[in-house]
Order: sequence, then structure tokens, then C-alpha cells
Amino acid sequence: MEIGGINLVVLVASLMVAAVPILLAAIGELVVERSGVLNLGVEGMMIIGAIGGFIAAVTTGSPVLGFLGGALAGAALSAVFALLTLVFLANQVATGLALTLFGLGVSSLAGQGYNGIKPPHTGDVPLGPLADLPVLGPILFAHDWVVYFSIAMVAATWWVLKATRIGLVLRAVGESHEAAHALGYKVNRIRLLAILFGGAMAGMGGAYISLVRVPQWVDGITAGAGWIALAIVVFASWKPWRALIGAYLFGGISQLQLNLQAAGSVIPVEYLSMAPYLVTILVLVIMSSGRGRAGLNAPAALGQNFHASR
Amino acid sequence: MTGTGTEPGTARPELLRIEGVTKAYPGVVANADIGFTVGAGEVHALLGENGAGKSTLVKMIYGLVKPDSGAMHLHGRPYAPAKPAEARRLGVAMVFQHFSLFEALTVAENVALGMETPPPMRELATRIRAVSEEYGLPLDPSRLIGDLSAGERQRVEIIRCLLQDPKLLIMDEPTSVLTPQEVEILFRTLRQLSAEGTAILYISHKLEEIRTLCDAATILRRGRVVGTCIPKDRSAREMAEMMVGATLTPPQRVPGPKGEVALGVSDLSVASPIPFGTALKDVSFTVAKGEVLGIAGVAGNGQDELLLALSGELKTDPDKLRVNGQPAGDLGPTERRRAGLVAAPEDRYGHAAAPDMSLVENAFLTAGLRRQLARGGFIDWAKTRAFAEEIIADYDVRTPGPDVAARALSGGNLQKFLIGRELLQGAGVIVINQPTWGVDAAAAAAIRQKILDQAAAGAAVVVISQDLDELLEVSDMFAVLNEGRLTRPRPVQGLSMDEIGLMMGGAHGMEVAHHVE
Repeated sequence: MEIGGINLVVLVASLMVAAVPILLAAIGELVVERSGVLNLGVEGMMIIGAIGGFIAAVTTGSPVLGFLGGALAGAALSAVFALLTLVFLANQVATGLALTLFGLGVSSLAGQGYNGIKPPHTGDVPLGPLADLPVLGPILFAHDWVVYFSIAMVAATWWVLKATRIGLVLRAVGESHEAAHALGYKVNRIRLLAILFGGAMAGMGGAYISLVRVPQWVDGITAGAGWIALAIVVFASWKPWRALIGAYLFGGISQLQLNLQAAGSVIPVEYLSMAPYLVTILVLVIMSSGRGRAGLNAPAALGQNFHASR
Repeated sequence: MTGTGTEPGTARPELLRIEGVTKAYPGVVANADIGFTVGAGEVHALLGENGAGKSTLVKMIYGLVKPDSGAMHLHGRPYAPAKPAEARRLGVAMVFQHFSLFEALTVAENVALGMETPPPMRELATRIRAVSEEYGLPLDPSRLIGDLSAGERQRVEIIRCLLQDPKLLIMDEPTSVLTPQEVEILFRTLRQLSAEGTAILYISHKLEEIRTLCDAATILRRGRVVGTCIPKDRSAREMAEMMVGATLTPPQRVPGPKGEVALGVSDLSVASPIPFGTALKDVSFTVAKGEVLGIAGVAGNGQDELLLALSGELKTDPDKLRVNGQPAGDLGPTERRRAGLVAAPEDRYGHAAAPDMSLVENAFLTAGLRRQLARGGFIDWAKTRAFAEEIIADYDVRTPGPDVAARALSGGNLQKFLIGRELLQGAGVIVINQPTWGVDAAAAAAIRQKILDQAAAGAAVVVISQDLDELLEVSDMFAVLNEGRLTRPRPVQGLSMDEIGLMMGGAHGMEVAHHVE
């Protein structure tokens, strides 16, 4: 299974790992946007999660507590966003951008003294005999637990949105907050919970970068992953399983370019490194050129603040 | 009139009693010392102009707003719902004027959202089917709301209420978006409910409907009860004058001579830029100088798209649209204004006006070109302010001054300002969508009079509206938009209500179910 010096099994297995941070963040943001809130601070919440998770893991020596710490840090930062947009009715776009800048700065400050340390190892959890299957085994069943967790979260989000009452209310709030309010639903409470969930997921995604992918702490470690996650939500037209496809597509391309570099491709490294971002832009352009379809699926109240004035 | 269950004069058991209810908002008393009673099975009308306090009152009954003082009793027991869920549990349901359906969700999901403990989706779908058959309102539970007509959407709301077996059903302006046939079917359903003992609190501006449907009426003016009456014993005119507190004069029209064709549209077809919108298909009509063409139709049948295509926000082939004989289909709004066509869209906050800008600035936005309010790329503020003041004076706009933000004006006052802004530009072709939507009777009459004055002065006018009475009052020619197609315009004189109903495409298959009841 080798093409041009690239082992396909290794490539696919590694793309699943590469996609985890953006997949977690994208699922979180998808829920937030389904509730009608546009939080552009994903990058900030991810990097806060990255340093928060790193500190927690290094201090306690437990990678699981590290991920928990990352989720808490992300949720804490998203609570600031919730306070500003839900209570003080600040503009969501501006607040989200500020959140990213704030997160980058704070993470850099908190990360002083953590450079060059190795975090505790997050081991693979091979799923018994399944992991010994040829080809499929290494691709699907020999990863660390966060990989399985991210896929389980996609399934759970899909099921909750589709089949449960809380999911229905969440979609209703994102569709028309006035109507939801008229029926007696607590619009801002539901949005607060969605925002906190989004923050926790982004934080976990960030922690995966600093604890597993890299694994160490450097300033600006997320390197734009939060923005990719935002793009993937639109790419997925706010549907969980499509977010999975989007994340794997992006993860695949970033792995491919690494492998191409290693295989001594004639294309200059710079072009290969920018490939994933170019492809993301290209896909978004194609998606939104069919205006009707992508537009149809966007939550109608996305980005609008709600105040129960009447 | 039969079918209301109880003969007039028979005592009905009391269902809802309201005593001395008062609610004040900063700067305005919405309700002051309101009191009335509704009997079981009674159809009770609440009458009043915009801002008379009807909406606040029903919101208190439905638990969305808390009264400052006063008491309400339901079934003789004190009733003070803290939230809508509590009101629903006690048997009070409400059909909203707008704002309460979710376009991207299905019928069943929308119904589930309005219930406290909805059954599983499949069971709910069966119950929706059963109830909708029983009351002659056929409905497919799995369809998306965005794909339904306005009449069908209203059925969703009604069925959502009926599934909870209400004792009191509140209806806020239920017929404003229905065809005449749909209104008739709605009334049959309401009479059936009333006969079963459900009381109905009915809000409407349409006095003839109230006369045919309601057993009693309470009239509000500026937040106070100013009278009660038995609608059947009064004329619509009498009730209108009780509402307004003054004598009303219908608009006067001076039939002028018709000139040559000023606006010609031929085979215009455009896709809709709006999600869930309706594409226009082969729309053709002409309007002569001094003529008013009224375009009726239930909301969502292409009215918004037609306005966009006429105003120039949607462009087409040059020859599809001609202004004074010149091809104008490929011109944008500014070039069309230069060519002599002005347009006033329906949505006041956001489309027709920039809500946070002052009236002076808003006056400049569309009239800058035709009134020559700019010189060498700079705005002539003195001239613009004079123009804004001219509109305010001519159109009786109640505002502290021309420098307040458009948002600060009430809907009716802003509408007068925006209509005035277009009509005072001296354009030969005028297109208006919903000239009096949400405007009270006195202001609406004033706006209609101004439209007729423009036509008498030689302008060609297109009025798109969902208010049939309004169209019959101002139009010379009448046409209907139905699923993006325009019927052949016909002279208004000699047109009967039945013919209009047929032009509007009947009641979307509603009659069938009623014949089997």
C-alpha cells in the first residue's frame, strides 16, 4: 500500500489523529451556532485550553486531568463571551475576535516557564483483537481514547440535535429567538449552556494539540486551528457528520503535505504548507456559490443578540 | 347566525373575569383599569387602534407580561400566570399574529415545542392528523414550515393550541394573511369550537368579520375600555368611530384621465434571492399615467420578489421592464430613480429605512438624486433638512424633530415618513409594498388619500398589499400574485368578492375536508 513513498495505512491512521483538535472544536462551535450564537473566539478558547490542559497535566501527572483542565479553561473563557454578549448585548463578532486576541495573550503569559517540558504520555488504547485486523486495525482501532471520544461526540451531538427535546429547543432558539421566547423558553439560558459546551470542546481540542500532537508548550501552538474549525462548521452546513468529513478532509491534507515533504516532493515546502488552508478557502467558496443550499441550513437567528424587551 | 352554541340572551357560565388591570411601561401606560368578562363558549372581540393596548392585555392573560395591579379570575378562581407554560396548563392557548413558528423545523416539531409534555414524534404526528381532520384543517406533520402558505402556517398554530384542549383561545389578528375562502373555513372551525364550549378572545381590525363572528366586543382606546357592544347590532362604521373617538371620512378619489403607459412589464421571470422565497414566473402588466394597479395575494406568493424586481434590486433583461417606453430592466435602483421610478418596500426597519440614522439622513438616502440634495459629491444638509421637514409637515409625521433616529418613531409614523419621502420626489412611476401594514385606521386613511392624490396628478402607481379592502379602495385595476404568477389585471369596478377569491387561487385545498364533516 505505498504510493510515491507514502504508506496509505499510516497516512489514514495519522489523519484521524491530526483531525481531533479541529473536530472537537468544530462540534462545539456547531452546537453554539445552532443555538444562534456566532462565537469567533474558537482560536482563543483552543489556545487557553492548550495551556490550561498542559499545566493541569504537568502538575498532576495525569493526562486525563489535563484534558479536563483544558475543557474547564476553554469553558471559563467562553463564560466571558457569554457574559458580554448575553448580558451586556455586545456585538458577537467583535467580542469573538477580542476573545481570540485575549486568549492568545493570556496563554502566552500563563505559559511562561512551561517551555521545553514534556507532558505525561497519553497512551494508545488498542481495541483488543480488532486492532490486529490487517489494514483496518491500525487505521480505526489502535488510537488513544480522545480519538474515539471525538467520534462518539459527533454521534452524540447528532442524536441529541435530531431526536431529543433539548436538541429541538436548541434548534428552535437558533431559528427564531422571538418565537422561542413567545412560547416561554429561556433563550439566554439555553444559549449560555451552548456557549459553555462550545468553550469546553474547543478547550479539549486545544489540550489535544499541546498534550498529544506536539507534545509540548510553545507560544501560538494552535496556529490557526480554531479558524479552520469555524470554516468546517460552515462547510458542514451545521450538520455533525459532515463536520467529521470536513475535519478528516483537512486533517488528511495536512498529513499528506507532511508526507509529501518527507518523500522529497519537487513542489516547494511553502506551497505544501499552505495547501490545507487553500483547500479550505476553495471548499468554502464552492459551498457558498450554491447560495440557496448553504444559506438554507444556516440558523436563521445566527449572530443576533436577544433581549426580552417586550 | 347559528352555530355559536348559545342563543343570545342565555346566561353563559363565566370563564374569565378581568378587573382593574393596569400595566405601565416607561413613558406610557399600556393598560389602565381594564375590566371585562368572557363567558364559556363566547366569541369575544377586542377592538382598538394600534397602540390601544390590546396586545399587552392578551400577553398578560397568556402570562408573557405581569400586570402592575388588578386581578384576573379564571373559572372563578384567582388567575395570575407567571409564565406561558402555566397559562397553557390552566387551559389558555394563544395563536400569535407572527413570531411563533420556526421555518426550518417541521410541523410536528413546531407543535411539540408548544406543548408541555409532548408524546413521541410518531404518536404526535398521528394526533396532529386526527385533530386536523376533525376540525377541517388538513395538515401534513412532516412538512417544513418554510414550505407552507400563510394559511397553512396558521393551521399549525391553531392545531398546536387545540391539542391541549383549551378553554380559552386567544387569536391575535388571525385573518390578516388569509384569502376570503380561508377566512370562511377558519370561522367554521371557530364556531365549532365555540359550540363545544371553548371561549375565543378575538383581536382584529376587520370590523365586518367581527360582526359576522363575535358575540360581544370590548373597545379599547389609549389603554382604557371606552365601550362595549354587541357587534351584530352595530355597523362597522359605528364601531370604527368608537375605536378612533372621531368621525371617519373615507378617501376621496377624483377620477382623472388615463395617459399613455408609464410602466410596462413583460414576461418577467426571476429566481428568488430569499431563502424559502417564491420565484416570479412570466409576470406581465402595464400601468398608465394616472392609474393605480392593485396587486393582491397572500404573503409569500412573490410580493417581496416583485418589489425587488421593480425597484431594481433584482435586475433582468433590459426589455422586460420599461419605464416611459425606455428599457430599464438592467438598471439598478439609483438609475431607475433617475429614469423616474421610485419604490417603497414593506419592511420599514432595515429595508426602507436605516433604523439608527436620523430622519434627515434617511430622507437623503433615496431622495438625494431626484431632489438634488447633493452638490459636487457633498450633501447639502440645509436642503436635505428642509426636505425632511417638508415630509414631516405634509404627511403629519408625529416626531420631536427631523434629527431623531428612524427607530424612535412608531411604526405608523415612520411609515408615513417613508411613503412621503417617495411620493414627494415627483416620480412618474411609484411602487409601494404594503403601504399601511400595521398602521392604524386614521393614518392608513391619510396614506391612501396621498396615494390617490399622486395618481390624480398623473403618476402611475403600483400598490402591493394583502389588505383587500385597501386595494378595492385605491385601485383602478386589480390583479393577484399567486405562487409567483400574476393574474391578468382586471378593472376593479364590477369585481365581486367571489371572483377575487377565485383569482387568489381558492383556499389551497381546504374546502375538501370540510365537506365531509
